[in-house]
Amino acid sequence: MFETFKIWQHQGKQFIPDVTKATLTEIFRGRPEISTESVNEAEVAELCPTSAILTNPMRIDLGRCTFCGECELAYPKKIKFTNDHKIAANTREALIVKEGDTSPIKIDANAVRKEIKSFFGNSLKLRQVSAGGDSANEWELGACSNVNFDMSRFGIDFVASPRQADGIVITGAISTNMAEALQITYDAMPFPKLIILVGTEAISGGIFEGSPAIDRSFLDKYKVDLYVPGNPIHPLTFINGILTMIAK
Amino acid sequence: MIGNAENTIKIRNNETISLHNIPLLPYHKFYDTASALLGQAHYHCVNYYGFPYKNSLHLICAVANDHDRTIEIFSCQIANESGIHLESLTAKHYAMHCYEREIAENFGVVFTNHPWLKPIRYPHDRANKSDTINTYPFYSIAGDQIHEVGVGPVHAGVIEPGHFRFICNGEMVLHLEIQLGWQHRGIEHLFLKKKKLLERTTLAENITGDTAVGHNLAFVSLMESLGNLPARYDKKLGYERALALEMERIGIHVGDLSAMCTDVAFQLGSAVFGALRTPIINYTQLWCGNRFGKGFLRTGGTNYPINEKLISKLQFLFDDFTTKFNEISVYTFNLPSVLSRFEGCGTVTLKQVKLIGAVGMVARMAGMVRDIRHTHPFASYTDIPYKPAVLTTGDVYARGVLRKMEIEKSTLYIQTLKQNVMSLPESPKPVYKVNLAPESFAISLVEGWRGEICHCAITDEDGELAHYKVKEPSLHNWLGLALALRNTEISDFPINNKSFDLSYCGYDL
Repeated sequence: MFETFKIWQHQGKQFIPDVTKATLTEIFRGRPEISTESVNEAEVAELCPTSAILTNPMRIDLGRCTFCGECELAYPKKIKFTNDHKIAANTREALIVKEGDTSPIKIDANAVRKEIKSFFGNSLKLRQVSAGGDSANEWELGACSNVNFDMSRFGIDFVASPRQADGIVITGAISTNMAEALQITYDAMPFPKLIILVGTEAISGGIFEGSPAIDRSFLDKYKVDLYVPGNPIHPLTFINGILTMIAK
Repeated sequence: MIGNAENTIKIRNNETISLHNIPLLPYHKFYDTASALLGQAHYHCVNYYGFPYKNSLHLICAVANDHDRTIEIFSCQIANESGIHLESLTAKHYAMHCYEREIAENFGVVFTNHPWLKPIRYPHDRANKSDTINTYPFYSIAGDQIHEVGVGPVHAGVIEPGHFRFICNGEMVLHLEIQLGWQHRGIEHLFLKKKKLLERTTLAENITGDTAVGHNLAFVSLMESLGNLPARYDKKLGYERALALEMERIGIHVGDLSAMCTDVAFQLGSAVFGALRTPIINYTQLWCGNRFGKGFLRTGGTNYPINEKLISKLQFLFDDFTTKFNEISVYTFNLPSVLSRFEGCGTVTLKQVKLIGAVGMVARMAGMVRDIRHTHPFASYTDIPYKPAVLTTGDVYARGVLRKMEIEKSTLYIQTLKQNVMSLPESPKPVYKVNLAPESFAISLVEGWRGEICHCAITDEDGELAHYKVKEPSLHNWLGLALALRNTEISDFPINNKSFDLSYCGYDL
């Protein structure tokens, strides 16, 4: 008993008091900024392992970016990854960072489905399906519920069955072998059936784009409610993204 | 005929040889050579696979000698057509089962007398496309009192997909069959399709994201070996990489201890081990910008050399971590409610781990000393030896305590690295193009936190990758989990599964 209290005391307060204001170490690679410095754009684009760099004008698509930071290492005056971890968005276009634009990534309140705002302000139950996920995103989603990030305090939890879930959180590029199981899980959910894509692989296929072993046709059928970029995502990106989406 | 120079070629970890120097044997001789080596306790097969080469199929076998740091390589050539019959090595050496199953699935080879010739992962380029993941031939037992429980591929928790089929008598599991393949993403195919070094290293980091450092270390070591880059011999780089690898090991082990506590409803352990994981992976983030070490390791050198500031933070980190970790682990492993769930649960014997060719933690928790850092050292382990921790009971308790012991050993190892690394000359910068030796074969073994990772590469006449083979330790160890469940209550499945914590995506590739 005393041993338990001692451990409690030594642990102190572990939770992050305000996740919306938490900042990460400088070197963390979050939202990039692209300067107007003139470079050979084709060369920069060629360097990217997942074709996330678009040219004329130069843009970085965070839905394709693996956040390896190699473009910044090669062209430090052109590209700088900031430690801004609030990079989730509800439209695909909002994930594209443009040259000279240093504004934060925004969740468009008008594009959020009405029922989400009216029903889920204080509670949101999610079902996770890994469909070709590499387990790093799954670890980080697990970390969202640990004592540091403590996502449950906002009423957001992962639940054991799709029957109990308001939405599905998909990780991975969606392997062909998982495509049917993903569809069955989605079908088993009650409305409104939110879809949240977590990690670069889920959003665009990432490094697995074009693989003959993936089947992303599931995503052609439904509207995605939230994109959470990262490789893997940071727990703060996920929690802040969800909180902004369900904010009344 | 053991060690006969005509039958095998002996190489070392991370060595490149010409393809022409690999003995090409007729199958009966190939079989006898493998069988003679594997009949001795200090040899084990680290990779055995097929690669199509000039209209035929070559089978390449790599058997490691755990006494003298060498690996014996030999090969055999057969027609690349479905339906070729070969005598199975598995019938005599059970640990070969997974390799032969993979060759059978990929190329349609029939291994006669193989006791369990079932599909491994249903890859997109399998020989028989009419077999699908939904037509897997499950084992069954008939009887009035017998029932089956099917779980997955989608599970209740936030984990990867796999299907578990239990055959039970009441609550007792008689047999568990684990069917994988759901996560198959075509990794080995993509290694050839994607030509840029940066694409390939990104792939290696994504084989299994919880072992980004381990798998990528095997990849970059292969490229440095095939390209004969000076980084191969760079001492500081080796130290930095070992440091990153041991940090990865501690981060996952402590996270797994948290999850094991969760599965036996020990809330304090779950919370405290969970919290202790955070500063470890945040240190990796402080060093390279990513909590999982993605973007960290690169061929030829490093973008993130260690510096005085990082070293002093490391000291600070471990001063705090060690005290807190020691406190909670002593408490956990003496708590009757935890011990009653851990002790004697899901036991795998030494005989069983030897039989299935278990690697890494799964071997070491049941009394088998198997650790690449010890037997075939790489990176800093060549000059600073690592002596593995080994337990004998083979139960959930052993898998928990071994994690604790490995965390302590890694912490000590990191202290030694820390004391020596700063006096070494600067490590080189990475390269983004590398000219690989043509018509060559190279092998790299790395002891990741799960165990023995083995990557093999073969180049063509132009020095372009012609074949890339990844072996994740889970290829061997999943069968260990299946054996652990025999005569165990089905309700103890979650704690057993967590105590093994094997990779789905690494197995499925």
